[in-house]
Amino acid sequence: MDWSTTIATTVAALLTLAVFSFLYKDNPFYKFAEHLMVGVSAGYWVIILWYTVVIPKMWQPLEAGKWYYIFPILLGILMWARLNRKWSWVSRYPLAFYIGVSTGVAIPLEMKAKIIEQLNGSVDLVTYMHSSQATGMGILNNVLILIGIMAALVYFFFSKAHTGATGGIAKFGIGVLMVGFGASFGFTVMARISLLIERLQFLLFEWLKWG
Amino acid sequence: MKLAEKMFAIDRRWVYLALGLAVLISLKIPFSIPIPISKEARNIYNFIDTLKAGDAVHLAIDYDPSTLAELHPMTLSILKQCFEKKIKVVVTALHQNGPAMAAAALDTAAARHAARSGEQMKNGVDYVFLGYKPYPALIILGMGQNYRIPFPTDYFNVPIDSLPMMKHIQNYDDVKAILNVSGTSATDYWISYGNGRYKVPLAIGVTGVMATDYYPYWQTGQIFGILGGLKGAAEYETLVGTPGKAVQGMKVQMVAHLIIIVFIIIGNIGYFAQRKKREQSA
Repeated sequence: MDWSTTIATTVAALLTLAVFSFLYKDNPFYKFAEHLMVGVSAGYWVIILWYTVVIPKMWQPLEAGKWYYIFPILLGILMWARLNRKWSWVSRYPLAFYIGVSTGVAIPLEMKAKIIEQLNGSVDLVTYMHSSQATGMGILNNVLILIGIMAALVYFFFSKAHTGATGGIAKFGIGVLMVGFGASFGFTVMARISLLIERLQFLLFEWLKWG
Repeated sequence: MKLAEKMFAIDRRWVYLALGLAVLISLKIPFSIPIPISKEARNIYNFIDTLKAGDAVHLAIDYDPSTLAELHPMTLSILKQCFEKKIKVVVTALHQNGPAMAAAALDTAAARHAARSGEQMKNGVDYVFLGYKPYPALIILGMGQNYRIPFPTDYFNVPIDSLPMMKHIQNYDDVKAILNVSGTSATDYWISYGNGRYKVPLAIGVTGVMATDYYPYWQTGQIFGILGGLKGAAEYETLVGTPGKAVQGMKVQMVAHLIIIVFIIIGNIGYFAQRKKREQSA
């Protein structure tokens, strides 16, 4: 390993230890590492956006004589009006344009991917049960999913009091939601432990060369 | 203070210490655990495995260093499989911090491939790294028309028309699938705008925190495979026959989870003992 890599690895290891020190209690080393990360990230983003947006999407087209690029650039500049209380209303024009375009692009595709396809998926659970490929285990699985979906939806149905049969189904719905939250929590624990493992792998094997 | 009360009032720093020591020790002790392969991971492997040499896939690397632990092993394993199968890879990064991750993954995967086979993978011939552009939804829609709209040049500022690999790749019709490795909401955009608009087959590798949110899309067939967290990464490392950091991490996960379960039991014993005491004194 060359000297530059050794120095970079050591700096990374010391910063990792500085962040870990927060587990004991808040301290200046942790604060330093935290502020350094925020500062470096902000600087990195500025440079990335400069070279991927400002230069190729603003400067170069204007240089090439594409004068109509001035309109989106002006819209972008108007966003800065928010910094002035007197002129902040001007920033509503680019915002309105941005939200209008985004909404127009997003609504049909999001609706299709996240609602219609999901509804289709639920219908497919029923059609599967009548198909020739249906197995006993598959049918049981689909029935459980369908009951779970319906019960969870009943829990969010507030037009009828959650008493009697409705209350029972809603209670089962809470159970279904809890199973979902439990799975999410389990995955989240695994994700957080993964971060710890990776940092310790780095400290042990890449920095200390222990093993 | 009674034992039950002590158990409930245990300082959280003891939990951190126990967990840290458990992870350290289990990293050093040589043992292995079986890594069962899920259908959703095998689907991705089988899909790439059935492609012919010269086919192309799009690898979207949309994560930053904060999720590198779980996602980098997935990226490296997918790249290994593609390089070995001589599958062309179009790489993009739609997260601000993604380009550094993608560049590092490509360098590492190419160097490992060269060490294994002696064959040098070349940018522009075997893979193309297009880099980063902001606003993922618009970029994904743009690439669906033509890669040249959002990316007239690659990450290294080379016009992509001059890259041999891109001569026959215009848009998603010319790639067999999109493989999105992501720790961000870019996955939602790929589902809605990549698969939803252009019907391009999509598989995803996501962090553990995100995994359960995307299983409904697997059930509906909107994605043909999913790698969830370190477990998904370990499965793919096993499938490509190169157990690495993820496989090593899974044995440590097991020990760490056991420690957490022990602390949950201790906490619950303390809680119920205290509750019983309150009820008796009331």
